[in-house]
Amino acid sequence: MGLGVPIIIPVSKPSKGSAGKTGLWRVEKPVVDEDKCIKCWLCWLYCPEDVITEGPNGFPQIDYTFCKGCGVCADVCPTKAIQMTKEEE
Amino acid sequence: MTLTIHDLRKESGSYLPGSAACPGCGATLAFRIASRVLGPNTIYVVPASCFSVIQSPFPKSAISAPLYNIAFPAAAATASGVYRAYKMIGRNVNVVVWAGDGGTVDIGIQALSGAAERGEDIIYVCYDNEAYMNTGIQRSGATPLMAWTKTTPTGKREMPKDMPMIVAAHRVPYVATASVGYPFDLANKFEKAKRIKGFRYIHIFSTCPPGWNSPVSKTAEVAKLAVDTYFWPLYEIENGKLRITVKPRKRPLKEFLELQDRFRGLSDEEIEELEKIVMEKWNFLLHLEKSERVF
Amino acid sequence: MAVEGTWEIITGNHAAAIAAKLARVKVVPAYPITPQTTIVEYIASFIESGHMDAEYIRVESEHSAMAAAIGASAAGVRAFTATASQGLLLMSEVLHWAAGSRLPIGMAVVNRAVGPPWNIHVDHQDAMSQRDTGWLQVYISSNQEVLDTILMMYKVAEHPDVLLPFMVCLDGFVLSHTYMPVNVPRQEDVDEFLPEYSPPHWKLDPENPITFGNLALPDEYQEMRWSMDLSMRRALDLIEDVAEEFFQKFGRYHGGATWKYKVEDADYIIVTAGTMASEAEVAVDELREEGMKVGLLKVRAFRPFPHRDMAEVLQDRKGAIIIDRSIAFSSGGPIGIEVRSSLYNRSGSPPIVNYVTGLGGRDVTYEDIVKMTKDGIGRITSDRLGRPYYWYKLKPEYEKIELSEEVRL
Repeated sequence: MGLGVPIIIPVSKPSKGSAGKTGLWRVEKPVVDEDKCIKCWLCWLYCPEDVITEGPNGFPQIDYTFCKGCGVCADVCPTKAIQMTKEEE
Repeated sequence: MTLTIHDLRKESGSYLPGSAACPGCGATLAFRIASRVLGPNTIYVVPASCFSVIQSPFPKSAISAPLYNIAFPAAAATASGVYRAYKMIGRNVNVVVWAGDGGTVDIGIQALSGAAERGEDIIYVCYDNEAYMNTGIQRSGATPLMAWTKTTPTGKREMPKDMPMIVAAHRVPYVATASVGYPFDLANKFEKAKRIKGFRYIHIFSTCPPGWNSPVSKTAEVAKLAVDTYFWPLYEIENGKLRITVKPRKRPLKEFLELQDRFRGLSDEEIEELEKIVMEKWNFLLHLEKSERVF
Repeated sequence: MAVEGTWEIITGNHAAAIAAKLARVKVVPAYPITPQTTIVEYIASFIESGHMDAEYIRVESEHSAMAAAIGASAAGVRAFTATASQGLLLMSEVLHWAAGSRLPIGMAVVNRAVGPPWNIHVDHQDAMSQRDTGWLQVYISSNQEVLDTILMMYKVAEHPDVLLPFMVCLDGFVLSHTYMPVNVPRQEDVDEFLPEYSPPHWKLDPENPITFGNLALPDEYQEMRWSMDLSMRRALDLIEDVAEEFFQKFGRYHGGATWKYKVEDADYIIVTAGTMASEAEVAVDELREEGMKVGLLKVRAFRPFPHRDMAEVLQDRKGAIIIDRSIAFSSGGPIGIEVRSSLYNRSGSPPIVNYVTGLGGRDVTYEDIVKMTKDGIGRITSDRLGRPYYWYKLKPEYEKIELSEEVRL
């Protein structure tokens, strides 16, 4: 029967960070001001990268390991509770 | 039933953070929301497109649902094969094509038309960034009139194909336009499509910051302005009956155009000409909305 | 004791359709093209009359036919389609895709010339031009062999060491539309021989979500192609093993990767494929009556190519006459080219004369094969082997040009 011919196929496994730590691409960093946040979750809805979750204190929490810093969250925030700040070198 | 943000937050999507997508990618945003509505019992077929790269390189993938990459012209046919096989097996799955505009309105139109005519029980999604972006911004049959691309350096001289209407003319049970600037409308159209049997088509206006030279942070805003200026009207055609799903107060087209460098340098006359075309289309849709059936 | 079937007088196309039914294929995407069309017509009638349980997809092109077969096979079921000529060429892109996805799809290719001009008659240009797609290719000489080989090749293709698609190539009209007696095996016997397909390597399944075919970088790609090549070579032995198993069960043997006729004591061996091989069998008998010790080595598998058989059978003979029904422009007949590759660097390699003939349905009878063999033997014995290949049966005025000194290679 089989000689153990290896069938090498391009099957990929779903993984977070499939393109690496994409947070490193960031030039500007979104920071949530919890005093201004009304928890409407529009930032979550519009985030193209799916890096916004609900933090332990009930406010939006951003996963900076993967956040690419596009700033869409800040742009759609109705109360301007998200500020884009320069990344430190 | 209308989906709210709370409904969407309850579902898990099929997109995992940290992909190879560009920052502010409209296609990723569209997929995130659509996959939450479609759920995990969904098989995706993807032709050559930005989305082939967005998945990230082997052996990892940013997509957590089964996904098959197929050659450029073939997505609708491959999805037909997947659906028929599952029909034989006797298991219900959503079979979804996730294609760009090139793979839909140009090289993939034949297979798409065939599958629509056969009434294959699949959902065909075109995320439309209005040019061949994966190869570096060349014009497609979906590129708007006067838009700059690398193969239309002085602006496109032809009108784009009206793809949703072309599909609707196949008399399929459901056709809808959507925009990443109106995510609830988008989500609800997937929710509706999911419950309909037969060939369903959703055409999503999907911002491409590098291709349109629009600010990365304005992905949602550009796509919302496309709707609010009537550049990209949101409607659905269910069993032949057309309904405009969002009727915003009209804003000047200029507001949409000036956010993107691909329309830079248009004269006032040219903008006026585009404005006229946009209003003609809008009025035509209002007229169609009064008909019992458009197809 | 071999199991019994029932005798029917049917065409090659009918035999191919019955084979698909007996193999219990689950999805058949179909697109018509002469001379293949009646295969998909028969299958449509089997399904609609309730004699076959399969999904039939009336696609709008051959590209879509193969793309749909890929989708079905990727979902984990046995798929079948059929095509010819331009249809096969239109599929080319997705033929590569099917093989690279390691999907054991089955296809009947009814060999037909390629246009322009339009010509619906036999030659092997269509399939042989697709030799590097990663598909197993078997060429056939009778309607019985069509039916039996489709069943056998599913077994080979689905073997966990192989997992590659296959085409069974039958000559347009000569087999596709010619009635011959065919023994049709019983369904239960075929079921025993060919169990249901269950993909051992991967499938599209929400229970086990994977992404197939995303970007692979240079560091990963080459081994995937090597793996296809290794599987293809492994298939050579499996074709033989499965042919033996088929013989044990059904009592019929058509050969493995090759089929040999009167080669033991032969000085000269004719190498050819398809229905020209049946004519060559008659030619061998004729030539032997005239006192020439000639044998036939029929190429069944063109992919994988049976280099070992070629070397073993042809070594130390006085010569080999290779007859191709297809032209690799400026290079020769595809089989001729391969056989040279089998023999080069080996001691005792015989001289080779390669003929290209029978294009676009030009008739090649056993008499033609006798003539080519005698011409070849003449060239070998008088050392007139200046060219890598020769055209046979050109119109005389063109043959004169072809053979003139000015035409060189």
